[in-house]
Amino acid sequence: MTKRASDVSASPPRRRRSYTIAPLVLIAANVVLFALFFVWPAVIGLVYSFTNYTGVGAFQFVGLDNYSNLFGDSSFYDALTRTLLYTVLFVPLNFALSLLIANMLVSKHAKGTSVARVVFFIPWLLSPIVVGVLWRWLFGENFGLVNYVVEKFGGHAIPWQSNADLSLLVVVMAASWAWTGFSMLLFIAAIKNVPVSYYEAAALDGAGPWRQFISITLPSIAPTSFIVILLNTINAMKEYPLFVSLNNGGPGTSNNLLVQYIYQTGFQRGQIGYASAASFVLMLILMAVAIIQLIVNRRVENR
Amino acid sequence: MTTTDMARPVDADPGRSVSKKRPRSAGGGGLRRAVPATTLLWILACLYGLPVLWFILSSLKPAGDLFSYPLTLVPHHPTLSGYLTAWRSANFSQYFINTALVCVITTILTVGASCCTGYALAKYDNKWLKVFFICILATTMLPSEVMLAPEFLVVRNLGLYNSFTGIILPAVLTATGCFMFRQFFLTVPDELVEAARIDGARELSIFARIMVPLSRPIMLTLAILSFQWRWNDYIWPLLMLNDPNKFTVQIGIQSIVGAQNINWSVLLGASVISMIPLIVIFLVFQRYVMGADINAGLKD
Repeated sequence: MTKRASDVSASPPRRRRSYTIAPLVLIAANVVLFALFFVWPAVIGLVYSFTNYTGVGAFQFVGLDNYSNLFGDSSFYDALTRTLLYTVLFVPLNFALSLLIANMLVSKHAKGTSVARVVFFIPWLLSPIVVGVLWRWLFGENFGLVNYVVEKFGGHAIPWQSNADLSLLVVVMAASWAWTGFSMLLFIAAIKNVPVSYYEAAALDGAGPWRQFISITLPSIAPTSFIVILLNTINAMKEYPLFVSLNNGGPGTSNNLLVQYIYQTGFQRGQIGYASAASFVLMLILMAVAIIQLIVNRRVENR
Repeated sequence: MTTTDMARPVDADPGRSVSKKRPRSAGGGGLRRAVPATTLLWILACLYGLPVLWFILSSLKPAGDLFSYPLTLVPHHPTLSGYLTAWRSANFSQYFINTALVCVITTILTVGASCCTGYALAKYDNKWLKVFFICILATTMLPSEVMLAPEFLVVRNLGLYNSFTGIILPAVLTATGCFMFRQFFLTVPDELVEAARIDGARELSIFARIMVPLSRPIMLTLAILSFQWRWNDYIWPLLMLNDPNKFTVQIGIQSIVGAQNINWSVLLGASVISMIPLIVIFLVFQRYVMGADINAGLKD
């Protein structure tokens, strides 16, 4: 991407001077927005994370107190581990489902793929709030369709809402369901870009479809897989609205996630300084995730 | 739908593949392959479609029938009363109009700003442009969810608290949008720009007269994506808005969920109403969304 940019615009240096105004005008709006809503908040967020600011009035610098308190705060730990658990469950499930579906949608043997594609995509259009409502309706303990079916088949009603682990599982399923459309679209584009000749050559060598999938498709779409995993990990770490509307972090507070924790400490308890510190811990985790995945990706590509 | 149900098709895949060994005998093998592949695809499609279908069918049931056993898929006495109650109650129509307004304005601004920035990034070669490109990349690394509290303070200090401007402005700069336009303008030959320059066209009029019309498909794609992001936004409007008359649809729905006793009839109706605009837009412009090269898309 970057290589191409420099190739494309290799204009002679003497002309460049006359092209300062135009690009500046073109990017002006976004530069202002970037400074106002990105740089400024990032800076004051970092500053506030070392203070006991409550959102109003004076504040004092407290050094690293917020950070050290954070690591002694069991509810922060619970939120952190719950977020990690959610991510670890959601990302592979979403990956497997969207890859499987993308594969079937590009298969020339399956019929009705254009309609099926719309069916798989519609959940992505729904807002996380509505997805939460919808799955709450499906998995209601006393009235939900799922428990109704379970009981019809002679089972006992399953405590989808009152068991903390099951209620997390419902959110994982709901999120995988809702996010399939997007990941699937990325996979479809990638699979279609794999040269057909690879498959033809493999077929001549007697490789079956499964073998072709493992040896050709998977390696060819590795960059897309990387993007899907990265995006989904980051999205999962920041998940909030889905939890709020599906079970509100319940039962009790057992499924409170990080963003919810930040929201509650910052806006409901007015501990802006403390919430800022928690935000920066979340940011460090997100950056670590991105960097680790970049390194792994580079290593895989160089192999 | 349980996890085992979802996992099974993955296992079924190799089984399906083993059954056909001769790729060249397409004539006879066609049907043999089509049946398992199509069956599996449609089992999954049903699993994905069923929740929405059940939800919409339930919303057509009269309030009294919602919990009556045995559950029935198709409502016996379909009615729109849930929708009507939802629309009339709790300012929901007001929320709907608010959301539409915010979405349309944000989308127009996002498309405009992204188009300008993407073009500058693709067609001009300045050091500071490259720096700004990295800055835009940085916004994907530090998502707004992480900066909730400080961003809130900034918007409050700007005097935008409890105003639509406070929701709209922070959402205009999107990395995805800038990427999409940059990628597109890279594919437009430089000769086109050069020729216009030789003809004496000024820089900004080259952009406005030649480049903007060329990028119409990207504009539409980004507009659809942007509309979807903003329509579904929850946490930022929740923080920004204090006045119930300015609430957006998502906040309205969430407030019904958060009530002591959930009024499911109203909730289902309100949720289905909130889905309609996006589904209509999607069905109309489907090919733009489906064909969109969103590989560059990182963040809303």
